[in-house]
Amino acid sequence: MKWLNFPAWLPENVSTFGQGVDNLFILIYWITAIVFVAVMAVLIVFIIKYRFQEGRKAEYIEGSTTLEIVWTAATTVIVFGLAMLSLPQWNDIKFPSKFPGNPGAVVQVNGKQFNWDMTYPGPDGEWGTDDDLQLENQLHVPVNEVVHIRLTADDVIHSFFVPQLRLKQDALPGRFINMWFEATKPGTYEIPCAELCGFGHSGMLGYLTVHTAEDYEAWKNERWTE
Amino acid sequence: MNDHAHESHDHHHEESFVSKYIFSLDHKMIGKQFLIFGLIMFMVGGGLAMLFRWQLAWPDKPLPIIGVSKAYQEEGEVTTAADRKWEERFDDDKETWLETNMPSGVIDPAFFNSLFTMHATIMVFFVVVPLLVGAFGNFLIPLMIGTRDMAFPVLNMLSFWSNILGTIIMMAGFFVPSGHAAAGWTGYAPLSSVPELSGVDWGQNLWCISLIVMGISSLMGSINYITTIINMRAPGMTWFRLPLAIWALFIVAILLLLAFPVVASALALILFDRMAGTSFFAAAGGGEPLLWQHLFWFFAHPEVYILILPGMGMASEMLPVFARKPIFGYKSMVFAMIAIAFLSWIVWGHHMFQSGMNPALGLSFMTTTMLIAVPSAIKTFNWLGTLHRASIRFTVPMLNVLAFISMFVIGGLSGIFMANAPVDIYIHDTYFIVAHIHYVVFGGSVFAIFGGIFYWFPKMYGRHMNATLGKIHFWISFLAFNGVFFPMHILGVGGHMRRIANPMQYEFLQQMQPISAQPINVFITVCAFILGVAQFLLLINVFWSIFRGKVAEQNPWQATTLEWHAPTPVPHGNFDAIPHVYHGPYEYSVPDAEADWIPQTQPNGESEHGEGEPVPAGATAD
Ligand code: HEM
Ligand SMILES: [Cu+2]
Ligand SMILES: [Cu+2]
Repeated sequence: MKWLNFPAWLPENVSTFGQGVDNLFILIYWITAIVFVAVMAVLIVFIIKYRFQEGRKAEYIEGSTTLEIVWTAATTVIVFGLAMLSLPQWNDIKFPSKFPGNPGAVVQVNGKQFNWDMTYPGPDGEWGTDDDLQLENQLHVPVNEVVHIRLTADDVIHSFFVPQLRLKQDALPGRFINMWFEATKPGTYEIPCAELCGFGHSGMLGYLTVHTAEDYEAWKNERWTE
Repeated sequence: MNDHAHESHDHHHEESFVSKYIFSLDHKMIGKQFLIFGLIMFMVGGGLAMLFRWQLAWPDKPLPIIGVSKAYQEEGEVTTAADRKWEERFDDDKETWLETNMPSGVIDPAFFNSLFTMHATIMVFFVVVPLLVGAFGNFLIPLMIGTRDMAFPVLNMLSFWSNILGTIIMMAGFFVPSGHAAAGWTGYAPLSSVPELSGVDWGQNLWCISLIVMGISSLMGSINYITTIINMRAPGMTWFRLPLAIWALFIVAILLLLAFPVVASALALILFDRMAGTSFFAAAGGGEPLLWQHLFWFFAHPEVYILILPGMGMASEMLPVFARKPIFGYKSMVFAMIAIAFLSWIVWGHHMFQSGMNPALGLSFMTTTMLIAVPSAIKTFNWLGTLHRASIRFTVPMLNVLAFISMFVIGGLSGIFMANAPVDIYIHDTYFIVAHIHYVVFGGSVFAIFGGIFYWFPKMYGRHMNATLGKIHFWISFLAFNGVFFPMHILGVGGHMRRIANPMQYEFLQQMQPISAQPINVFITVCAFILGVAQFLLLINVFWSIFRGKVAEQNPWQATTLEWHAPTPVPHGNFDAIPHVYHGPYEYSVPDAEADWIPQTQPNGESEHGEGEPVPAGATAD
């Protein structure tokens, strides 16, 4: 049974918006599961009941306008309903104008064959100055605080993916794409690259460390003043 | 055009071997050429998949037989013949193909990328399109609309041979230095457009050139199909008496005609970037990487419907025959296909939700994508309706059609997950997508092809395929197919990215709950090997039956459509006299009729001839 229960396979969610994504996933899972079971049940009943039997002829039925209207309307309502329901989630996650403010950390993430470069603006809050902190494959953020990320790439397209955050965004050379998240649980999570980027794509891997507030301060004090 | 066809029919001159079997102008022979070609490429594409499935199940373990032993890999201790052979290969000066791509029999990550890239490229452009459009399109169109050949037989022959040219170019790519194209079948720029970024040189160039040649081949086919279907229908074959397979092929020909120029220009731009120093796609030179994605998907989304519509059409032919019932909702089937064709032009952005395209655009593409699920659902419900109160014969074609319907349902439903932009954030570029692709294209199109080959074989070769072997092939394929692709949904939900050579490099995949990705990948690979081996049963059945199969009668399935009205084996020119059409294509179990089927050619009324004048082609009367 666990093979059929898709939602059970989702990794633990540790972002504020992740639950919304999971809820949509679960909703679609149940709708499609019910449709699938219903369609298969009808199919199986029909092929058993209406299998060839000596002396019984098929019935000449060319169609039914009523049925066509019913199933066209029903499907349209369901899929449009789903589209409408998912608007708020999409807006929250991807529209820069809707991003929550007051970030606890702002980081530039730069994908390049085959590493993630993280750049912190340092104490002065500006990139491109001497106090910038550059780390390879290490992203440190505070828990329960909004994090703003400026995503870009050096060479080819990469994709920033943190499964537990339910966040994925392609990184494009020549562009800065803004994204945000708020992690809800301290720990270390992998940041695989999800877009084919060359022979080293497999294994292109960074680490996101979510710190408690105190730990994050301690980490900052240690690294930002170097 | 008709005159020309008549001519070739009337002079029964002896043909040389070359003009009959090689540069044939006969649509039936060209169809058969495409069939054999497609089946061979199916085995090639499948073989590549076997290689990368090995790597995915047992990452970095040497391949069996050709690979080195464990002892040699770990300690350098020569124990087997393969070890010795590798020892020699490493010792001499020149680096062989094997050493570059599979040192010690372990698949190199760069070669892994070429393998999945070429697997998909071959399956899409060299297997499914040639089989559905090339083989069945060519064989069926003139026969089912009741004419003697295609409108442009020479163009038709050129279409096949340019397809062979494209294949030679594509296959050459495996043997050029620095390997074959490795940027995925989607060829995302700038990985594909800047040689330094991928390390692949001529492989990617040949990939582009070959696809342009293949596109020209499709273009020649589609012009032919469109002209033939519009102009050469038999008297009485009105649009709404056309079999659904012909409707599907007609729509597909239009899609091909409009989609190909877009991708051809995009491929040409890649070639310019690679060879002429331009920078259309590389940001460093002022180019735009997303331009490629827009152009590619504007072509490739219609392309994926090109991969399924003929399958839908063929399933709609076989279903009524073996249900002995008219297709349910013929007209809504036609309109659903037309709707799919229109909508397929405005949904391409659903492949780009996470690409960095404006998120507001994502919303509109989500809406149109949801819409395209509606005609797909309509078709499914109509197939179910066809089974209601039917009298079902479980022949080999029917089994494959029933598999087609149920697998397509799964593929369509997984599409709903991905069409939902927020959910797609998580499942985009994971194995969930891989599962979806294969449920629609393998579960859908390929099972329709399996059924179609068995069903039309008697008309193609005048002999039947072996039913027992057909059933064994069907059941193994059906079970193994699900064993391979169903668990991929689960891997995708666990976050397993696609296109990675070694999943075990990731903690979260090793630790996947409730089961690690590793044993699941092993299970998938074992099923994939079974699935791959089972396809030899199909090959054996086809080639054996061409020569030794049971001799077929003219209309073994008691089907109504015109191809069964033609004599078997079908002579040059197809029909003794051009048939007149009096009925729709699915007149099964008509009340008060003697037999449970009325051929399209049977005149209305009592007498055999005269009365019930056929409606001339092109007239709109139903
Ligand atoms: C119910 C109808 C369908 C819907 C709603 C749908 C939706 C989608 C979406 C949203 C994607 C992109 C997912 C992603 O990359 O994140 C996708 C991918 C794909 N679909 Fe469908 N689809 C449908 C039917 C089909 C059919 C009939 C075919 C082909 C026969 C097909 C073939 C593909 C292929 C090949 C891809 C993957 C391309 C790639 O990235 O390599 N789909 N589909
Ligand atoms: Cu990558
Ligand atoms: Cu698409």
